[in-house]
Amino acid sequence: MSADIVLPASLDAHPDLDTWLRVDPSDTVTVFTGKVEIGQGIVSAIARIAAEELDLAMDQVRVETADTVHGLNEGHTAGSMSVEQSGAALRQAAAEARAHLLGLASAALDVPVDALVVRDGTISVDGPADAASHGEPPWTSGAAGRSVSYWDLLGGRRFDRRASGRVRPKKPSAHRIVGRPDARRIDLRGLITGDTRFVSDLRPDGLAYGRVVRPPTRTASLVDVDDAAARAVSGVIAVVRNGSFLGVVAERESQAVRAADLLRRRANWADGTALPAAGDTATWLREQPGRAFLVVDGTPITEVDPAVDAVEPETDGAVESASGEPWTLEASYSRPYLMHGSIGPSAAVARWDDGRLDVWTSSQSVYTLRAAMSIALDMPMERIRARHVVGAGCYGHNGADDAAFEAALLAMAVPGRPVRLQWSRADEHQWEPYGAPAYLEMRATIDGDGRVSDWCHDVWGTSHLSRPLAGGRPNFVSGPLLDPPVAMRVPEPTLGKEVGIHRNAAPIYDFPRQRIVKHFVAAMPLRTSSLRSLGAHANVFAIESFMDELAVLAQVSPIDFRLRHLGDERACAVLTEAARAADWHGERSTTFGHGTGIAIARYKNRAGYAAVVARVHIDDATSRIVVDSLTIAADCGEIVDPRGLVNQLEGGALQATSWTLRERVEFDETMVTSVDWETYPILRFPDVPSVETVLLDRPGLPYLGAGEITQGPTAGAIGNAVFDAIGYRLRDMPLTPDAVRRAAATTDSAWAAAR
Amino acid sequence: MADEHRAAPEDAGTIELNVNGASVRVAVDPVTPFLEVLRNDLGLTGAKYGCGVEQCRACAVLADGVAVPTCATAVGSFVGRHVVTVEGLSRGSDVLHPVQQAFLEEEAAQCGFCIPGMVIGAVALLDRTPDPTDAEIRDSLAPHLCRCGSHARIIRAVRRAANSLAEARSVAPAAGGRPR
Repeated sequence: MSADIVLPASLDAHPDLDTWLRVDPSDTVTVFTGKVEIGQGIVSAIARIAAEELDLAMDQVRVETADTVHGLNEGHTAGSMSVEQSGAALRQAAAEARAHLLGLASAALDVPVDALVVRDGTISVDGPADAASHGEPPWTSGAAGRSVSYWDLLGGRRFDRRASGRVRPKKPSAHRIVGRPDARRIDLRGLITGDTRFVSDLRPDGLAYGRVVRPPTRTASLVDVDDAAARAVSGVIAVVRNGSFLGVVAERESQAVRAADLLRRRANWADGTALPAAGDTATWLREQPGRAFLVVDGTPITEVDPAVDAVEPETDGAVESASGEPWTLEASYSRPYLMHGSIGPSAAVARWDDGRLDVWTSSQSVYTLRAAMSIALDMPMERIRARHVVGAGCYGHNGADDAAFEAALLAMAVPGRPVRLQWSRADEHQWEPYGAPAYLEMRATIDGDGRVSDWCHDVWGTSHLSRPLAGGRPNFVSGPLLDPPVAMRVPEPTLGKEVGIHRNAAPIYDFPRQRIVKHFVAAMPLRTSSLRSLGAHANVFAIESFMDELAVLAQVSPIDFRLRHLGDERACAVLTEAARAADWHGERSTTFGHGTGIAIARYKNRAGYAAVVARVHIDDATSRIVVDSLTIAADCGEIVDPRGLVNQLEGGALQATSWTLRERVEFDETMVTSVDWETYPILRFPDVPSVETVLLDRPGLPYLGAGEITQGPTAGAIGNAVFDAIGYRLRDMPLTPDAVRRAAATTDSAWAAAR
Repeated sequence: MADEHRAAPEDAGTIELNVNGASVRVAVDPVTPFLEVLRNDLGLTGAKYGCGVEQCRACAVLADGVAVPTCATAVGSFVGRHVVTVEGLSRGSDVLHPVQQAFLEEEAAQCGFCIPGMVIGAVALLDRTPDPTDAEIRDSLAPHLCRCGSHARIIRAVRRAANSLAEARSVAPAAGGRPR
């Protein structure tokens, strides 16, 4: 090993092996992760890595996810970094644990470590049992075949060691579990039999049921409420009012629902401010007094005057090449507010007992949640325990933290009783933190050689960061309702590398002159926060749509046009592999109404690479865009779990298909009007394309996150395929039948001209 | 006003239900949503609360072999019907129902929240249509929502289940092979 010992960051922060691993009293090893299972399969990936390094069978590994009593704070489970962070740390910790156990075995068996082999946690002396008769070294005499197990050596006891970084994990060529397709997710069976207990399924003894009554608008305040009828509902234990926060706890769930309904009907609210004009969020964003930042290498480096600088390119005018005139093209794109839209509305269980608060939550970060609750409740952190229990699909910062806080507010009204708060479908649709909207203006100049010489990308958006503790505030949706109010943060621009609005604003391409500006809009009439892939969905949609427009202008195939600007060989490989797998070579459609498109991105310009080819057709009768197939090629470094990886890539692509074609949070001047699955439709089975995924394995190279890498390329590929099919460029998501008809009514199709 | 909503267990008569092959009695108001009774009274939490307005089918169970939502239907209307929940497909046995086995083999789940409903929907489909086309699978699952994007795998799992059920029927025609 080189002199420079670098531990994985999570292990460096928590170097005690006992934080990561415990040899149980018998038969199993428990591994801990500060990450949580949010449907991405992290529990299985962690178990595989541990089983691999410790030479255990998969069923000998137990995984415990985040619980504040463990003290293993690995931050949020977000950004497709679970395997990258926790997996890398655990791999090293497990390798060191194994080495330590081998050392103990060597002493116990009185043979050198080199002579030992491990199988399923049992350490044996290598060689045939009759080694002595074959002239083996003297130490093997009588030793071969003798064994001692991890549990004999350390069962139920602590390692009491810190990671040193001096032990090497296994070489990929020695792997028997990691990267092999035959092992399944260990939590799959319970999901399929119904035995898995989600947080909304918990039924501790003495359970009571909670519901919250939401205000009629985002900023309404409660003047008064006649709670007599609600209290008269049999089984009601408490009506909880704190300022404008209103809730109820009852013995039965339907009693809580009924009482909440009665409270809702007897509450008088003073209405707050109105929402901005619905339906044209892009214009609203463009007109807001935003702050603008020049983004270089993915990082906002300097604030610029949006009124002046945003419209001026870095170089005045385009370079004219010897072989011809330059062309300049401009286009604008947008995406609306989107929902996480988990199939299970937010839920949590809380119990207030003897001055201690216990919370069961599907939060992405139990440590942050605990700290935020400590502030909002003005209660020492030591008196709060938050533990993770799986929830319905989590695609970013959803209502889980809000529900946990509200469950605590209800539970504190009924000491000793655990309270399960269940948000209704309308609660979830109207109050979850939405994915932020985006508006983009693109401009590029192509020189006479058909290459992009100048590239300008301006993107407007609201905050992607309203998580608990962002800006030092708890940021619970009910916080501002309390008396005294616990205010939300005033949104601030995030200025890190590849975050928020400017995530993937930097193109993957080698353009000689680039000018990327992030426009941060502080106003947040609808709360927005982190939704899977953050700004990447809109930025990649715009970049890849615009690249397609430029390819048309340059009369070059969209594949070749991209390749001529791609210096990164891994990017070239996924692009060509996606095209090859889709059996498409960039040729234009010859059948009106049917088209093919391609798009590529490297998520965050440092995580996994994904290229997607979409084939679509437009349904004549309805103008509906039908995605017939998606072909994905991805390079995520070394593959830990190929089936899990494909699941993440495909899932991201299908979710992005739904976002891109169907979804937009609707609202009027007072309130969100998308209240259920009819008013906020998402992809259903008849709309689902066939999906093929090709993985490019990179044994020995670092793990690269996969959970969010297909959102942007899928959106871009679909938009490009629609253009190929009908010759209309749809630049505002969602790409609805109405959008197709509007484009057809106002634009001449470029279909024939492009061919 | 309040009187009409009184629903205390002590006031209510008992209701007899047939769930997963067993007769059970619950002391609840007959207008209580059946999903609440399944989940909170009987502890059968496989069926999920997803929307409460019959738009997502996370709450689906079999009633006399037909997949139905339970989130907005009163428990009283399930009296006299044979109800099978996802737990009832394999309970008391290490052997999964062929549809569940197919979901396992295809890894047709991510977060898994919608999966019990999907399994129920697939069992009902294959009971009615043993050899469904791809379009029939999609149409029959159209009322079921999945947000993780596991659709393609779920379709493959239903196809696989159809094949394994057909195989079982051809091996032992006398035994019938119908899932129960």
